[in-house]
Amino acid sequence: MSEILRVENVSRRFGGLLALDRAALTVTEGQIVALVGPNGAGKTTLFSIVTGFLKPTDGRVFYRGAEITGMPPHLLARRGIARTFQIAQPFAGLTVRENIAVGAHLSRPARADALAAAEDVAQAVGLTPALDRPAASLTVAGRKRLELARALAIEPQLLLLDEVLAGLNPSELRDMVPVIRAIAQRGITILMIEHVMQAVMSLAEGVFVLAEGRIIAHGAPREIAADPRVIEAYLGHGAAERMRQHG
Amino acid sequence: MKSYASIAAVVALLACVPLLTASNVALNFMVVALLIALVGQGWNVLGGYGGQYSFGHAAFFGTGAYVTAILQVHYGLNAWLGLVIGIAAGALIGAITGALSFRSGLRGSYFALVTLAFAEVLRIVASVAPITGAGVGTLIKLDLRWETFQFQSRAPFYWIILAFVAASLVLVKLMEGSRFGAYLVAVRENEDAAKAVGIDVLRVKLAAMTLSAAITAAGGCFYAQYFLFLDAGIAYGPWISVEALLAPIIGGIGTVYGPLLGALVVKTLGEVTKLATGDAPGLDLVIYGCVLILVVAFAPQGIAGLLRRRA
Amino acid sequence: MLSPIILVPAVLNGLLTGAVYALVALGLTLIYGVLHIINFAHGALLTCAMFAAFFAHRLLGLDPYLAALGLTPVFFCLGYGLQRFVIGPAAHGEDRNILLVTLGLAVVIENALLYAFRADTRTINLPYGFDVVEVGPAFLSVPRVIGFGVVIAVALALWLIMRFTDTGKAIRAVAREKLGAELSGIDVAHIYAVTFGLGTACLAIAACLLLPTYYVNPHAGNAFVLIAFTIVVLGGMGSVAGALLGGLIIGVVESLSGLYLGESLGQVGIFIIFILVLLFRPSGLFGERA
Repeated sequence: MSEILRVENVSRRFGGLLALDRAALTVTEGQIVALVGPNGAGKTTLFSIVTGFLKPTDGRVFYRGAEITGMPPHLLARRGIARTFQIAQPFAGLTVRENIAVGAHLSRPARADALAAAEDVAQAVGLTPALDRPAASLTVAGRKRLELARALAIEPQLLLLDEVLAGLNPSELRDMVPVIRAIAQRGITILMIEHVMQAVMSLAEGVFVLAEGRIIAHGAPREIAADPRVIEAYLGHGAAERMRQHG
Repeated sequence: MKSYASIAAVVALLACVPLLTASNVALNFMVVALLIALVGQGWNVLGGYGGQYSFGHAAFFGTGAYVTAILQVHYGLNAWLGLVIGIAAGALIGAITGALSFRSGLRGSYFALVTLAFAEVLRIVASVAPITGAGVGTLIKLDLRWETFQFQSRAPFYWIILAFVAASLVLVKLMEGSRFGAYLVAVRENEDAAKAVGIDVLRVKLAAMTLSAAITAAGGCFYAQYFLFLDAGIAYGPWISVEALLAPIIGGIGTVYGPLLGALVVKTLGEVTKLATGDAPGLDLVIYGCVLILVVAFAPQGIAGLLRRRA
Repeated sequence: MLSPIILVPAVLNGLLTGAVYALVALGLTLIYGVLHIINFAHGALLTCAMFAAFFAHRLLGLDPYLAALGLTPVFFCLGYGLQRFVIGPAAHGEDRNILLVTLGLAVVIENALLYAFRADTRTINLPYGFDVVEVGPAFLSVPRVIGFGVVIAVALALWLIMRFTDTGKAIRAVAREKLGAELSGIDVAHIYAVTFGLGTACLAIAACLLLPTYYVNPHAGNAFVLIAFTIVVLGGMGSVAGALLGGLIIGVVESLSGLYLGESLGQVGIFIIFILVLLFRPSGLFGERA
């Protein structure tokens, strides 16, 4: 399997804050890879750099072997990189169908084709009943699905999901996990930021851990869960030691 | 297709007006209302569909008007050719001001402010530049012939401005059903989301502003031919910037018929005010301003929205 | 080049004019800083205040400086009321709507004045209207020197209000973090209205300072407000110190470019500065790059 995304020593500074510090990761085509880490670790910043919404202060990004560092978002989208937003960003005044159709337009100039394609995508993420509702009226779970649907509509090869499972209740979560798995089975590579560890364990083939702007560990989900560095990053210095003593 | 049939029906109905009345007052009223509908449709493309509120559409109106007039007066160019060049010049000013403001990332209040400033700069320049006649104004020589785009009676003017309005209705309807239209609305609703699905936001806004300016400039060209006189305060004055946004907002922002509906209502209100109070300067504008505030407060979708709610 | 004999008076006069510009701009920037909207009715409200000062003199025989004491609270209340009962409720919290509502107000106020008072230009005659004071090579108009002093005093007073009163602190809190301020129990609608009132009160003072040496007609305020926009953009939207400094700079620029280029092109010079700053440094010369 070939490599689809490579992030090389990417740093990003906001004023005095170093949000990313030489972060590096690679994603292999066809996989589901998770990016985890405590709040403020720089995960969304990394996503924004990969998708062109932010420029890195330093470092390079490659997509299918070609450098894409600093390219604007719309060109990256046209190359097949789609993203969702952590805080859903619907086209609030439009219906669900119209929202998805905007994405579908990327490869379909005709309005009728885009609207028809929107129906198929809605089916895939379970939004069919809501097709004609205004996007603004959706629940949190509905908005997350809409984010996913709109990203899928551009027919991406690489899909970056920013916490699409956060804020869902257990039954919504149970519904959503198979949807993501089905997307991957269609051959779309997924890089997901996720806090819901149970979902990460069941979905991801590889996990990268970001803490204070640095990738501190990567590997298979089971290894990562047991890695003392990861536990410390989440729970504070000395936590792994204390857990071993108590556990 | 049903929607194009409805445009045809509306236009056909309006086309009968000169057959029903030969009154100059009535026709003059309708000509001005349709002119505002056209100028407002221009604003509607950028403001209604694209969400970029311009407070300086006078820049495009005035450019269309002056270019047509100056080409005829100083260069002896044919008026119809002047019309085409006037529209192109307006579009060019739209593209330039759009490129400057959108590239600098101006939105919301800042965009409104910079468009206002561009119009004011043009107004001041036009009020001192010799080619515009400076303080005296520009007078197009009376020559009532079809070839010079001048007519003895109001009816031909009426049908021409109606044809312009009809063309703008069809154009906007086409835009609504196109990818460009969908992209423009997406940009209005959420720029980041638009970028994420592959939309070149800058280009879409620029295209919208150019189209918007061209439509409004067509109104300016027509104005020059109809009144045969221009000065800086008319061509680039704030009044036309206000009327340009008033019509679509009152009629129904971001809808095909909004500007036409709004222009008819606004102009009727203006006439009624004049009839009720005599020709008092300013009172019609006081009413317009109040209606604008009331519509924003109580009917954000304009008259079209109210009708839809009843239906 | 011009000699200092001409240059120094031009600069000093520019500073005096600039001070009044700064006061108009102060009102605008205050409102922008807190409500994050540009008040397009600012010019019309200034005209309104000028008419009020004019009639206070014509009908009641009040000296404009005395009238300022009465008009300032009146215009504070007017501004408060406009924001609280018209702009706020009508806008439904959407910035685009606020733009339209303030534009609508501008149209209404300006044309109501036009309807009531026609387009005539009026002036008042005061015994001290043409008094001058000699400063070095320059003769400066006494009313404008007084104006300069008052503007500095008003700016200082505003600064003290913002710094030390509870209301001032609440205003700064809302400006910084509206949601947080709301959660900590600040009545945001009230604070918005107070800010709008303060901004409008600045106009009442500016009008009273202008009247002894200026004229009034229904469009008189527009000339100032476009300059005020320029100043606010130059000084950084929402920055009080920026407005003050920007006002003085624009006053001097206008005075000097009038000297070199003539009156009407001098005005174009201001607009070109305005557009350039908007395009290339929308956060202002003294603000942080956005």
